[in-house]
Amino acid sequence: MSAALKRRFVEQIKVMFGAEPQKPALIEERALKVHQLKRMTNKAELAAAKEAHRAREKNHKWRNWRWATLIFVNLLFVVSYHFDIQLLEGALTASRFAGFHLIDLNSALQVMLAHKHIITNLLIGTGTVLVLWILLGGRTFCSWVCPYHFLAEWAEKLHLFLVQKKIVTDTPIDRRWRTVSWVIFALLALVTGYTVYEAISPTGIVSRALIYSSGILAMLWVLALLVFEVFFMRRAWCRYACPIGLTYGVVGIISPLRVKYTLQGCFHEGDCRKVCLVPHVLDTVIKGRAVDTEVPIGPDCTRCGLCVDTCPTGSLKFDIKGLAKLM
Amino acid sequence: MSENDTPKVGADETASPPVQGAAGTKPPLSKERRLQARRRALRTFLLGAGVFGAALSGYLPVAYAQKKRLRPPGALDEKDFLASCIKCGQCVQVCPVQAIKLADLSDGFGVGVPHIDARDQACDFSCDAVQCILACPTGALTYKKPAYMSVRPGAKLANKPILLAKEHDPEPTLNLTERIGVARLTRPESCLAMQGKSFKGQARGPDFKGKLRYMSVDRWKPIKVADHPYDVELCDLCVQACPIKGAITLETVITADGRQRKTPVVHEPCVGCGVCEMICPTEPASIEVLPGEGWRGES
Ligand code: SF4
Ligand code: SF4
Ligand code: SF4
Ligand code: SF4
Repeated sequence: MSAALKRRFVEQIKVMFGAEPQKPALIEERALKVHQLKRMTNKAELAAAKEAHRAREKNHKWRNWRWATLIFVNLLFVVSYHFDIQLLEGALTASRFAGFHLIDLNSALQVMLAHKHIITNLLIGTGTVLVLWILLGGRTFCSWVCPYHFLAEWAEKLHLFLVQKKIVTDTPIDRRWRTVSWVIFALLALVTGYTVYEAISPTGIVSRALIYSSGILAMLWVLALLVFEVFFMRRAWCRYACPIGLTYGVVGIISPLRVKYTLQGCFHEGDCRKVCLVPHVLDTVIKGRAVDTEVPIGPDCTRCGLCVDTCPTGSLKFDIKGLAKLM
Repeated sequence: MSENDTPKVGADETASPPVQGAAGTKPPLSKERRLQARRRALRTFLLGAGVFGAALSGYLPVAYAQKKRLRPPGALDEKDFLASCIKCGQCVQVCPVQAIKLADLSDGFGVGVPHIDARDQACDFSCDAVQCILACPTGALTYKKPAYMSVRPGAKLANKPILLAKEHDPEPTLNLTERIGVARLTRPESCLAMQGKSFKGQARGPDFKGKLRYMSVDRWKPIKVADHPYDVELCDLCVQACPIKGAITLETVITADGRQRKTPVVHEPCVGCGVCEMICPTEPASIEVLPGEGWRGES
């Protein structure tokens, strides 16, 4: 890793906890050269190339795979219960896959804080899940599994449509709130001895409603969240509140799987930033910001692949750290 | 910009002109930006308070829990139980009679926490091995409580309960060390046995969905209570249906007016499963299980 990338790595972690992305203080020589070159290129030529790329058909490859996976996993829970095939038992907070304990990291954390006592099964389940998400890339859980994410994605479409029609405006808030909320929920669990967060976690509520058709009233809270997101704040829950997202983001720090940015062909038109749930991780695509010719996207990225699908030049790609070296 | 710059409301901010380009400090934000930032901070605070409030509202019903609920067998004491249950519903999944339900908002004691509504469907140990305990990943349901955890007074069972359905098996007991409640004849005046009355027909009417394992029908498979009509000289349905050996019997008592009556009497082996409450044909049930109660001696 180059010195500039090392710096950026640390900065990306700060950004995950809510810091605003800054202009890089250190940029590698080779990246500087590319930035320079881009400034010298004929503007008209660049514009024409941009147009040509953008005119390409919309690509939804990763999104389709992702939706298919998300629906499949959640359906597997439902089917396992209703037809008693005992393949994937439980709900998203804790489950058993073909006998293996799987326990959601954030739920386990809440239980440990509230109960102040850890039992072996809990530890085993958390361990399996930890290894799984380290390999798959932390916040991959959000976009590839979380059923609330799926609903929120549709709410987001509606929101963007209304924004475009100038019926509503997006009113972002301070991203540091997510970190504060994580701490508050941890403290609440510790002090009350009760998993307070689980009572309002839309992830758990939707999952249980799907599987057991229970907690229909609690779904009203989820509906309220979605309505809020449609009319007031784009992706409010996932961006500014959800502690699950932050927990998995922390796991994402060490995940080898991530999206990688290549400076060379990028036109800096920012289509990727427009579709991203966490656009702060894509600050690197802003003109002159990339610290190296190849920059891995930060841990808060949910690996949803929307930017990969959207990028007309293929400058964003899924990547596994160290794999290129191995092969 | 000139229009925006005339001080109207936010006069306090413009009282002293911002120092331009002081060494080492960031250039001051424009008024517009400052206002934006302030509004954003306010929104952040409001939304934060909103989420926080919603979270606390999820806790309130737990703090003020009015009504005790029957938990699945092997449940830790209420506070420990609520702390350790991860709300996965794996206990729900393994129960052959679907006795365990997950709570909703209106149930007022924690969204997603499992409980048993015995009157609708009691746990009759159809699974033979208390499978819900086996399924629980967090130890919220447990065969053996760790030593440092509190035991409710009277919760401890004197002996491991003998499951009538397994009475002749090499291992006839249930792996339970504590009861989840105790049955009590809460409405003796309405009890048919107390009144010396017979009972004929479906215990809970033709529309009742609850199931029960009748050993005389099938040792393995529970059937609908509605499919198993009774015809008894003197009602003793609760005694007949109880799955635990020696938990309840019909005894003779002398009432205040000196007459001899039969009455169901609950004994120490009662684990609090609630089958008696489910089967009792009177409306409301004459016998009920008191969730979380301990054994206080026969009354
Ligand atoms: S941030 Fe939370 S709610 Fe949003 S996708 Fe991730 S886990 Fe789901
Ligand atoms: S299996 Fe255990 S943790 Fe899961 S819902 Fe039942 S009691 Fe709670
Ligand atoms: S007396 Fe009632 S609650 Fe007690 S074990 Fe028998 S059926 Fe269950
Ligand atoms: S089933 Fe009900 S009415 Fe009949 S003896 Fe038992 S308590 Fe009395």
